[in-house]
Amino acid sequence: MDGATAAPEVIAGEASTSVERPLARVPLVLNKRSFGWLTEQIAGAVEGRAPRWWWVAFAVAAMVAGIGLFCLGYQISTGVGTWGLNHPVGWAWDITNFVFWIGIGHAGTLISAILFLLRQKWRTSINRSAEAMTLFAVICAAIFPGVHVGRVWMAWYLAPLPNNYGIWPNFRSPLLWDVFAVSTYFTVSVLFWYTGLIPDLGTLRDRATSKIKKFLYGVFAVGWRGSNRNWRHYEMAYLLLAGLATPLVLSVHSVVSFDFATSILPTWHTTIFPPYFVAGAIFGGFAMVLTLMLPARALYKLHDIITPQHIDKMAKIILLTGSIVTYAYAMEFFLAWYSGNSYERFAFWNRVLGPYWWCWWVGMLFCNMLSPQLFWFRWCRRNVFVVYFVCMCVNAGMWFERFIIIVGGLHRDFLPSSWGLFIPTWVDIWTFIGTLGIFLSLFLLFIRFLPMIAMSEIKIVLPEADPHHPSPTGHHPVAAGGKERT
Amino acid sequence: MITPSGHKVYAIAAEYPTAAALYDAAKRVRDAGFKRWDVFSPFPIHGMDDAMGLGKSWLSAVVLAGGLSGLTTALILEFGPSWILYPLIVHGKPYDWKTVPAFFPIMFELTILFSAFAAFFAVLIMNGLPRWNHPMFNWDRFTRVTNDGFFLAIEARDPRFDQNETRDLLEQTGGQHITIVHED
Repeated sequence: MDGATAAPEVIAGEASTSVERPLARVPLVLNKRSFGWLTEQIAGAVEGRAPRWWWVAFAVAAMVAGIGLFCLGYQISTGVGTWGLNHPVGWAWDITNFVFWIGIGHAGTLISAILFLLRQKWRTSINRSAEAMTLFAVICAAIFPGVHVGRVWMAWYLAPLPNNYGIWPNFRSPLLWDVFAVSTYFTVSVLFWYTGLIPDLGTLRDRATSKIKKFLYGVFAVGWRGSNRNWRHYEMAYLLLAGLATPLVLSVHSVVSFDFATSILPTWHTTIFPPYFVAGAIFGGFAMVLTLMLPARALYKLHDIITPQHIDKMAKIILLTGSIVTYAYAMEFFLAWYSGNSYERFAFWNRVLGPYWWCWWVGMLFCNMLSPQLFWFRWCRRNVFVVYFVCMCVNAGMWFERFIIIVGGLHRDFLPSSWGLFIPTWVDIWTFIGTLGIFLSLFLLFIRFLPMIAMSEIKIVLPEADPHHPSPTGHHPVAAGGKERT
Repeated sequence: MITPSGHKVYAIAAEYPTAAALYDAAKRVRDAGFKRWDVFSPFPIHGMDDAMGLGKSWLSAVVLAGGLSGLTTALILEFGPSWILYPLIVHGKPYDWKTVPAFFPIMFELTILFSAFAAFFAVLIMNGLPRWNHPMFNWDRFTRVTNDGFFLAIEARDPRFDQNETRDLLEQTGGQHITIVHED
C-alpha cells in the first residue's frame, strides 16, 4: 500500500498549486470549526433550559393553534356553512390553504432529496429543519381536505376499504390520486427524516445527563453506534430514499394540479399546470425555509453553519423558480389570447380587472413576479433584511396565487346569472391563522427537542472528514497543498 | 477468552485522532487478513467500505423487491374493484386499454411507498437494529463516537485474533488508548 500512495503524491502536489488553487471554494462551515464545536453548538441548543424567547414564541403560537383547533371543532360540529363558500364558489380558502401548505413542504424534500442526488453539499446546513418544515406543512395541509368534505366521519370513504355497500372509490379520479399522493408523501418524508435523525439521536443519547433523556433518546436512536458496517447499509438506504423522494415530490404537486387541470373550467383546464405548480411549490417553500431559518440562525448563533453563501444560494433558487413561475403566468395569458376561446379570454381579463383585481396586482404581480427579481443583485442576496422582505412577499404571494386560481376560476362561471363572490367568514380566517399557529408550534417543539442541523451530515463537509486530508501530525502526507473541499 | 478480572473479552479497540488515521489503519487491518472487525466514526467516511474490504451494500435488492410488491399491490387494488367488483362509469369513460393511464398515478405512489418502507426496515434489520446495548458501549471513551471520536475494534472471535499481536498491530497503525473491551 505504501508504494501505491507514493506515486500520486507528486501529482497531487503539482495539481494543488497549478490547477486546484484557482478552483478553491469558500468553505461551507466558516472559521475552521471542529467536529466537537459542531456537536456542542447543535446538540447544545436542545440541552439545558429553554431560552425566554422560546417560551414567549411557543405560548403565542400554541394559543393561535388553539384558536384554529376551536374553529375546526366548531366547523365540524356545526357544518361547512360556517365557511363563506357557497355556489358558485364551492372551493375557497380550504383548498387554497391545502395547496399553499402542501407546496411549502416541497422545498424541504427538494433540499433533502434532489440536492442530495445533485451532490450539493451546502444542503447539510439546512436539510434537517427543511425536512421538519415539510412534515409540519403537510400536517397543516392534510387538515383542509379532511374537513372540507363536510362529514368528517365519512372521510374513510377516501380509502379503498371493503364495505357492506360494495362501493369502491373511483381510481381514475384525480381527487383519489391526491389522497394516495399526499399520504405517500407524508409517510416517505417521515421515514426519510427519521432515518437521517438516527445518528444524531445517538449523539443526544451519548450526551444526555438525565436518565429519562438518555432512555428516550436511546430508544429512538435504536442503538446506533456509528459502525462502518452499519454506515454502509445506511448510506445506501439514504441514497435510495433520496432517489425515491425525488420523483415523489415532483409527482405530488403535479397530482395536486391535476385536481384542477382535469376539469373543464377556464383557467383550470390547462396542460401547463403540473410544472407550473411544482416550480411554484419550490418557490414558496424556499421562502418559508428562509423565513424560519433566518431567525433561528440569529437566535442560536449559527452564523458559521448557515453562512451568507447558503442564504445566497437559496435566494438564487427563489430567483430561478420565481422566474419560472413568472413565465408560466405570462404563458397563461398568451394562451388565453392565442386559443381564441372567449371564455378563456374573459377569465384572464377578469383576473386582472375583475372583483379580485387587487389580489392579482399585489399577490401575483408584485409579490411573485417582481419582488424576487431583486435577487439578481448580489447585495440583495447578501442582505438578510432584503432576503427576509422578499421571502415574506413570496409567502403571501403564493397564497394569493392559489386563491386567484381557485376562487378566481369559480366566481364568474359560464352563466352571468349564477355569478357570485366569495367573502371569508371569521371561521375561514381563524382556521387559516390557526394552521400557521400549528405549524409554528410544531417547529418550535422540533428545535427544542431535536437537533435542527444534521450533525452527522454537516461533519462530512469539514476538510478533516476527508480520509486524504493531511493530519497535523504529518501522519498522511498526500495533498500537502491544502486542497479545499468543495 | 477471559481476562484476569473474569470478564469475557469482546474485542481489542483503539482510538485514532483523525478520520485519515482511521482510514489508513483500516487498510492495514484489512491487509492483515482480519474478518471480524469494525470501525466507528461520527459520520460515514468516504471510501471506508473499500478500505475495510467491504463490497457494495445489497440493500438496493431489498428495495427493488419492495417496489415490485408495491406495484403488484396497486395493480390488484385498482383493477380488482374497478374492473371486476364495481365498475364505475364516470364521465362516460369506458374501461379499455386507452383508460389504463388514469390508473398510473396510484401505481406510482404505491411503488414509492413500499420501496421506502423496504429501505427503512431493511437498513434496521440488516444492521441488527434496534438493540438495547452493545459491548462497545462498555468502553467509556466510546461515547465520543457520536461526537468526534474515531475507533477501530478487532473482535476476539476473529480466527487471527491474538491478544498481544493484535495489540501490536493497532499500536503500529497509530492507535491510541488501546484497550480490551469486555463482553458484559
